Amino acid sequence: MHTLESVNPSFAAEVQAGDVVVAGRDFGCGSSRETAPENLLELGVACVVADSFARLFLRNAVAIGLPVLPCPGASSAFSPGCDIEVDLATGEVRNNDAGTVLHGEPLPESMRRILNAGGMLAILKSDRLETLESLRQEDDGRESG
Amino acid sequence: MTLAEKILARASGRDRVAAGEFVVATVDLAMTHDIFAAQVFDHLVDAGITQVFDQEHTVVVMDHLVPPSTEAAAEQHKRIREHVAKFGIENFYEAGSGICHQLLPERGHVWPGMLVVGTDSHTTTHGALGAASTGIGTSEMAYALATGTLWFRVPETIRFDLEGSLDEHVSWKDVVLWIAGRFGSDVAQYRSIEFAGPSASQVSVSSRLTICNMAVEMGAKFGMFAPDEVTADYLENLEHSGVVEGWQQRFAEKRVEADPDASYLAVHRVPLSEIGPQVALPHEVDHVVPVGEAVGTVIQQAFIGSCTNGRLEDLAAAAAVLKGRQVHPGVRLIVAPASRWVFQEALRQGIIQILADAGASMLPAGCGPCFGGHGGLLAAGERCIGTHNRNFVGRMGSAKAEIFLASPETVAASAVAGHIADPRELAGENTPPAAPQRGTREEDIVHATSHQR
Repeated sequence: MHTLESVNPSFAAEVQAGDVVVAGRDFGCGSSRETAPENLLELGVACVVADSFARLFLRNAVAIGLPVLPCPGASSAFSPGCDIEVDLATGEVRNNDAGTVLHGEPLPESMRRILNAGGMLAILKSDRLETLESLRQEDDGRESG
Repeated sequence: MTLAEKILARASGRDRVAAGEFVVATVDLAMTHDIFAAQVFDHLVDAGITQVFDQEHTVVVMDHLVPPSTEAAAEQHKRIREHVAKFGIENFYEAGSGICHQLLPERGHVWPGMLVVGTDSHTTTHGALGAASTGIGTSEMAYALATGTLWFRVPETIRFDLEGSLDEHVSWKDVVLWIAGRFGSDVAQYRSIEFAGPSASQVSVSSRLTICNMAVEMGAKFGMFAPDEVTADYLENLEHSGVVEGWQQRFAEKRVEADPDASYLAVHRVPLSEIGPQVALPHEVDHVVPVGEAVGTVIQQAFIGSCTNGRLEDLAAAAAVLKGRQVHPGVRLIVAPASRWVFQEALRQGIIQILADAGASMLPAGCGPCFGGHGGLLAAGERCIGTHNRNFVGRMGSAKAEIFLASPETVAASAVAGHIADPRELAGENTPPAAPQRGTREEDIVHATSHQR
């Protein structure tokens, strides 16, 4: 597998289920392919935290069920092997080795519900036909949490 | 409301929406091409869905692998045709018809005010006709084709006000490269861009397609021109050519304008007369310099085409530079017209003759070498200058090749010079000698000696 090969040639071999990828600016720039987030999901990556994301990568990640969290400053607060804890609902990102906390920008609740449902195909196939409309509640963005 | 807010409001059945809101909207037009179509339809089959929600507004195009250069590509095309037959897809464009982003406007599929999605980053192109148009992945396309709806977050909008006039030999491709260089490849991340200002009406639909095509290279979700008289003329011509009917009524119904009190995150001025020919250097689209800083860089390949600049206007601009001149012996100039119609019209107008006489090689109407999955790849150490939209590492073959992006005129001038060249300087040279009479001894002698100049 060639995932992130140009950054770390042994990434695919080394990554373990539950690991978090921390990235810099405009992560995912330049592609419309779902294989970008899909490969990470298949390798067991639990989520991606980045200073910023390219729009279509973020959208595709949500669509296939790979959790993502924009968090400016993340790339300089972590190095490989750090003990990291991410709360996708609050946006809190903890570096347990250094004892520091960053505050990311959690996705709106509607998008997190798409993620929790397992992505767009899961919603399409769902017996309960949980439509997107039911995932969107009144005043989305003005809800707490 | 801004253009994006108005279109998303109408599409989601709301009177008003504001930036940041999550809406569920009706998709007006959905397109997939030969890189992703098989996967999209496989998803539908897997979900037990046997027909698309909206036949009239579903378009499938074979453009990237045209004609297939590997057995795997041929198999992929075959699978797509099988799906097209099973699902009864009416708007199916077979290999050789043209690039998806050319066919959607050219064949009358895009209208102002539409919400358009495509499995391709450069779907932003269709903002040229005042549509809110953006790229999505294959799972989402399957969802959209099955249900006719999709979710969106309403984006904030930034505006670029075009002011003044272009100098000679400077094109709208140079303008959008300048904007990318000046403001950066994430200036419009998640946002909608409106291209406006007093000079917006000077921009042809062909060049609006170029500009909106590149909006995604600034991170944009949508890139749009508000529909105006230029848009109306374009639609009227489509009706005269028999491509559409009832353009006036549809235009009146569907056109949108931003409100005078619409809220923009930022408004930037674009002083057109200060912009000269530009080049995007390897390996980022926003790594843009005035052509003077790149002049002299030796190239091996020059490419004219792509959804960015493969239209009649672009081929004509290149032909104006190439007329009576020869491609440098060290350069391969390859040309891919954006559609069959563009090729046919270019033939009628003598443009293809000029390109052929100069030494260009013609490719079928399609994406050509742009995305590196077909022909025209580069070896380590080679350099290509092209009219397309991306110059990332490894995009056209070797990770050790270099890609430069520019306008059709700059690419044509570079093909003649053998290195990156300023089209204004080539235009200033003595006019080349008149072409000799066809079939005479004089012609044979000129051709034998021309490469020694």
